[in-house]
Amino acid sequence: MTTKASNRGAAIEIRSITKTYGDFRALDDVSLHVEPGEFMTLLGPSGSGKTTTLNVVAGFTDLTSGTLLVGGKNVVGVPAHKRNIGVVFQHYALFPHMTVGRNVAYPLTLRGVGKAEREARVLRALDMVKMRDFAHRYPSELSGGQQQRVALARAIVFDPPVLLMDEPLGALDKKLREWLQLEIKRIHRELGTTFIYVTHDQEEALVLSDRIAVFNRGRIEQVGTGRELYDEPSTLFVGRFIGDSTVLRGGARSDGTGTALKIADETVTTPRRLSGDVTPVMLLRPEKLSIRRPGQPAAGQNRLSGRIAEAIYLGSGSKYEVALGDGSLAIVRSSLTDESFKIGEQVDLWFDGADAKLLADDASAETTLT
Amino acid sequence: MEMKPLTRAVLGLICLLVGIWLVAPTIVVAPMSFNGVKSLAFPPRGFSWQWYENFVTSPDWSSSFFNSLKIACLVAILATVLGTLAAFGLDRMRARPANLIRMLLLTPMVVPGVVLAIGIYAVYLDARLVGTLTGFVLAHTILALPFVLIAVSANLEVFDKRLETAAASLGAGALTTFRTVTLPLIAPGMLSGLLFAFATSFDEIIVSLFITNPYLRTLPVQIFASITRDADPTVAAVGTILLCVTTVLIGGGMLLLGRERRGRS
Repeated sequence: MTTKASNRGAAIEIRSITKTYGDFRALDDVSLHVEPGEFMTLLGPSGSGKTTTLNVVAGFTDLTSGTLLVGGKNVVGVPAHKRNIGVVFQHYALFPHMTVGRNVAYPLTLRGVGKAEREARVLRALDMVKMRDFAHRYPSELSGGQQQRVALARAIVFDPPVLLMDEPLGALDKKLREWLQLEIKRIHRELGTTFIYVTHDQEEALVLSDRIAVFNRGRIEQVGTGRELYDEPSTLFVGRFIGDSTVLRGGARSDGTGTALKIADETVTTPRRLSGDVTPVMLLRPEKLSIRRPGQPAAGQNRLSGRIAEAIYLGSGSKYEVALGDGSLAIVRSSLTDESFKIGEQVDLWFDGADAKLLADDASAETTLT
Repeated sequence: MEMKPLTRAVLGLICLLVGIWLVAPTIVVAPMSFNGVKSLAFPPRGFSWQWYENFVTSPDWSSSFFNSLKIACLVAILATVLGTLAAFGLDRMRARPANLIRMLLLTPMVVPGVVLAIGIYAVYLDARLVGTLTGFVLAHTILALPFVLIAVSANLEVFDKRLETAAASLGAGALTTFRTVTLPLIAPGMLSGLLFAFATSFDEIIVSLFITNPYLRTLPVQIFASITRDADPTVAAVGTILLCVTTVLIGGGMLLLGRERRGRS
């Protein structure tokens, strides 16, 4: 099965698709290219259009306009059952009146695969998800995690060139979810199938994906690897959605040397500048901020004073929420070797201007997140 | 809270009395059917199987029995097909018009039987359907359809439509999906509807009395005719048989519905 893994997946080309329900634009001119065999995650808050995109690719939802190519062929108007695309649902969707074995055999029976080959392929698929011993059980006798593994076997048993997964781990608890994430990653590697994975959990997206498409209000904000999205977010929404971040807002001034923001009575600067008529804000990752007691030597070009509002012990270190002079919260991480701080304590935060991302302010970035 | 012994005794007595009151008519029929003499007096005197023999051998009784059987079978099939289709249609409609149509389809359960009977009789006179098999089947189907609609709708309510989406993603077209996924999962509802429909037709009397004629009599009509003419204990024998048949059918239907509900909860 693994020998010709590299040429098994199909490319997916989504070209400016739009889907409207009355006045509501569920998808607004979305374009996305997925490489053959790539693990692409559609990430975003609920109602952002990621599931609608998945349903459009699966053929469950019709397009209002746009083009969709799977493996180079236009599939607009092709009904779901003729697309040969595997789908794994959040709610498992196993047929309750069939055993695990018959569930997995179902797509093969429909394709007229002979009995001997069918049985061999069912066992191979169940092997892949480590459920071989359960072939004679009914879905109601299995746990949620086991049911989802059977559903995965059923979706890959007919060797589809594309596998779609719609929040498949959403109903499972954290430990099981983390273990199954690794299983899904392994199966993707072994199959070489193109995976499109929908989730609202950014950590899950970072663990699994080759690339991530971040959705917001029916549009794609940015597509990139996890590292690109974390280090170089192109919009404030992406910066806020991926990982922890501190956003600094305040009377901005730009000149030839860079941009300065005024936070309460302190001024912070960065050599970066934004073009166009936008309000710049600074986005800082927790590890770019250093936390020090007042009076200790400087640890960067910019200093902001604040008060510890929350101290969270994480085992490998601590996370602090620091209330700044203007009332906004900064998020800082410190390792165990650093000294620890108590709630209410006065502290200084230090950072280099070059480590701050300068982005256009977008009030909706905050409202969509909460 | 613990019940006082006296309260418990009084409560038990009341329950027993109500229970006896409810099943007494049924209990009376069975012994009468074994009456040794030709009388409907209770308690019966002596013991004999002769009234059961009479039921089997008399052409009046056996022909009416087979009429009822034939009509009930046709009604069960027709009502199950129509009721299932209706349940499906209503399930996939918007809630407001669906509820309106559902109420309309259930009216035969609420409208007094006599009123229905008069209406049907009036139409049948013109349409020359009085005393015909078609007439009986059509009339009884009106009465049986609500039972199928209720049973199948209850089943569809717990049926997970997302399974149909899943089947489509695995390569099944609409018809294949219906045959391999939907139908097996709503079969219990359909079967329980079928049993209720059969029983409804098999013991229907009010409408049947209006649209019967000497050439086509159903079993309940024959019982009624017989008992108004003379005190023939054969009616008790037939009644006992009817009782057994409907108990088995309705019991089976309830069991199917109940199992379906428990299975999904």
